[in-house]
Amino acid sequence: MSRNNGNSRNPLHGLWALTNRDLKKWYKNPIILMLGIIQPIIWMSLLGKAMNLGGMFTNFSPTLPPSISLPLQEQIKAAMSDLSKQAMTQIFGTADYFSYMAVGMMSFVVMFTAMFSGMSMVFDRRLGFLNKVLSTPVARGSVLLAKIFSAVIRALVQATIVLGIAYVIGPLSVGPDFTVLNLLGVYAALFLISMGLSSIFILIAIRSTRQETQMAVVNLLNLPLMFASNALFPASLMPEWLQTITKINPVTYATDATRQLILYTIDMHQLAIDFLFLGAFAVISSTICILLSWRYLSK
Amino acid sequence: MTEDAIIVKGLTKIFNKHLVAVDHVDFTVKKGEIFGFLGPNGAGKTTTINILITILRPTEGSAVVCDHDILKDATGVRDCIGVVPQEYTADEDLTGYENVILCADLYGVPRDESKKRADELVELVELTKFKDKQVATYSGGMRRRLELACGLINRPHVFFLDEPTLGLDVQTRAATWNYIKLLKKQFGMTIFMTTHYLEEADMLCDRVAIIDHGKIIVTGAPNDLKESLGGDIMTLSIQDGKEDVSDLIKKVPKVKEVKKQDGTYRIKVEDGEETAPTIIDAVRAEGHKVTRLSLTKPTLDEVYLEYTGRSIREEEESKEGFAAQRMAMRKARGGRAMGGHP
Repeated sequence: MSRNNGNSRNPLHGLWALTNRDLKKWYKNPIILMLGIIQPIIWMSLLGKAMNLGGMFTNFSPTLPPSISLPLQEQIKAAMSDLSKQAMTQIFGTADYFSYMAVGMMSFVVMFTAMFSGMSMVFDRRLGFLNKVLSTPVARGSVLLAKIFSAVIRALVQATIVLGIAYVIGPLSVGPDFTVLNLLGVYAALFLISMGLSSIFILIAIRSTRQETQMAVVNLLNLPLMFASNALFPASLMPEWLQTITKINPVTYATDATRQLILYTIDMHQLAIDFLFLGAFAVISSTICILLSWRYLSK
Repeated sequence: MTEDAIIVKGLTKIFNKHLVAVDHVDFTVKKGEIFGFLGPNGAGKTTTINILITILRPTEGSAVVCDHDILKDATGVRDCIGVVPQEYTADEDLTGYENVILCADLYGVPRDESKKRADELVELVELTKFKDKQVATYSGGMRRRLELACGLINRPHVFFLDEPTLGLDVQTRAATWNYIKLLKKQFGMTIFMTTHYLEEADMLCDRVAIIDHGKIIVTGAPNDLKESLGGDIMTLSIQDGKEDVSDLIKKVPKVKEVKKQDGTYRIKVEDGEETAPTIIDAVRAEGHKVTRLSLTKPTLDEVYLEYTGRSIREEEESKEGFAAQRMAMRKARGGRAMGGHP
């Protein structure tokens, strides 16, 4: 009887097999895929279109005293509309709230995918799949890395779909510096944020045996991560204490980086800070995740 | 290479500091034998298996599986074992074939080799026709067979089966037994299995260990254990059973014990088939008429009864209190297997 192939084996063997398994479970399930697409459509069309902040002044018809002559009234209205555009541009960075929040939605779907990567960990444990994997010579770190990578790949695909939908629902008012190459930067930022976030959520799931616990954690964290960031609304208008939270929330940096690359005139200094923060976040949380896998997964 | 596939010394597992699941267990499994761990639910069978397959760390003691220490060389152990867990662990969303290939990848079997082996194994467990169907559409028996194929993909030296027929119907159970026998014949590997079905252990295992409350009570070949009870059981009734013929029967050679219960005699005899006619002759010679006679070979049921003082079925049926302990153990096991230190 021939022995299996311990000697020639790659230390990361099984990593792609496990990643691919999670991806297959995802793309073979059209309902989950559909929901992943429908959810951002609902958000974008409800929140993005309903909260027409830019239209607040353009659609506003003030009643002015009759003493003001008609041409002057027209001038005032035009000036107000112009002022509102300026206010929007100063606060949101773009005159169009839809574009602002559509790009924020990319961070939003990445965040959600990361949160549910922890759920699949809990399910694998409950169904005994995890135990079976742990009885094979796969490196414990690979088990978690596979979860992280599959979440990252799913997140990037969903973010692409969101961007596509935003373009179709549109109009997406892209910034003056935008070229197709900027998309590479967008993907880099989203890669880092999803790597960091999914590491954290998998880490939370690493010891949990109940999906209810994991659901509770996801529910607890998703609102603060979402709203204590600039994903839907600019942090500059928030109270001081909330701004402090947004400054440590990695979603803020991912959203800022993607907005800079797609919507804004790029501020290289700020963009560098965004990427430094995201890079550190991704490296630190995935390292902790893999280091703890040795302690908590094996034996 | 030693003669023993598994050597276990003083293995102990205590969950949450007070729940003793496995209590200083010692045993060895010889190369090439089917070794059965027999005991009621909650006796510590799965905990022992989980320690041996390196997903649970023992509180005390050590074990060596195919010459690798489970603590010092866990990867060495993992390389040479195959595992069929109690639960169905195949991924329902994938096809049967994809599951087998996934297992091959987890062992690092090169792709061309894994395809060859997967085809062979799927054929062996008679799933070739269904290999491209999603596992969600499989029946319980098919899923069990798929688990067998997955567990064999790395050509293990020691194959662990945790309750391989749990929850299967009678036909599927018999079919699974045939597969296990076939595997032993075809690959000559060592098989370590747990079960709480006595007839299963009797039929498949070369040797069994009876485990109860975390302790091994007795180990031996099923036939030896049965013979250790002192032979066959014969029951006999005679007409006008007022007169006691116990002393008469006791005089017959090879009769070991006679008990009279409600007019029938329960007789322990050696070589029952040969001794029975002699007993009948002896009784008739005194003018008694034999009205009923039966001869049974002792089963592991009797062995279990003898050593634990209760029947395994009683144990199964008296679930109150016991179930609570089992639940606690399952919970602790699940938490600890994954969790690590609290």
